[in-house]
Amino acid sequence: MDIPYTVHARPDTGLYNAKLGIWLFLASEIMLFGGLFSSYIFLRMGADVWPHGSSILNVPIATFNTVVLISSSITVVLAWAGLAMKNFNQFRKFMFLTILLGFVFLGVKAYEYNQKFHHGLYPSTSVFMGIYFTMTGLHVLHIIGGLVVNLYFLGPGSKMWKSDPDRFLNRIEVAGLYWHFVDLVWIFLFPVLYLL
Amino acid sequence: MSHSAAQVQKDVKKYLVVFVALLCLTAVTVVISYLHLPVREAIILALFVATIKGGLVAAFFMHLSTEVRSIVYLLVFTLLISLALLAWPTMCAEFPILTLY
Repeated sequence: MDIPYTVHARPDTGLYNAKLGIWLFLASEIMLFGGLFSSYIFLRMGADVWPHGSSILNVPIATFNTVVLISSSITVVLAWAGLAMKNFNQFRKFMFLTILLGFVFLGVKAYEYNQKFHHGLYPSTSVFMGIYFTMTGLHVLHIIGGLVVNLYFLGPGSKMWKSDPDRFLNRIEVAGLYWHFVDLVWIFLFPVLYLL
Repeated sequence: MSHSAAQVQKDVKKYLVVFVALLCLTAVTVVISYLHLPVREAIILALFVATIKGGLVAAFFMHLSTEVRSIVYLLVFTLLISLALLAWPTMCAEFPILTLY
């Protein structure tokens, strides 16, 4: 059975199914992280004292992680571009890099969290640590989710390139949109938690 | 939105320029933080730079600059709702009626 509009746009929306779907999902994700950013604002406004992020958190290491995630965004776009230009090897190379960079980000976060625990700083230690772990923790879970999807598309999912290349191209575009959103959240999370 | 190989080939250059811009803006963000500006100015400046970076990712990497209008409208709507939800408790001190009590 053929599902319509998996490749070509619907005339009414001008979008193929997955693209509408992913944007609706990302809109809900904006509400999710938006809610947490709002919590941060109210917690900070209501606090007598609020530490400067850099006095507790490691700015250089988080800057490195920011560069890692931004790099993973360009690699995922280049992976999609490779497919659009019918270059499957370019797709594989850049999707692999995207996934690798994602794991580097996770590794750095694991190190960061470990360092905090080592110094007796836990989510329960203070309001700042609570909101820090909650927001970065939720972000980490989103990274893991994205890695699972990207690994699937690099691995078994890539079979669709042979059977239905245009549909596969759209799947990669949609996976890329999710990955960019995760990067976008970090672009705001980094200065808010670490630099202010 | 065209996916033709030729069009994408041209777009790759744009993506790379945006990538370099993002790296530069990250450096700017960090450098500004070391200036130890007063809190209010620091917040405004940091969020301003972050918005530009986010805007670049959204417009170019996420193809929003060439996307159908309805998606952009959806996102604007989402952001307005988020701002409204944020403003509501903020305004309660000034306008007690908003507490709905």
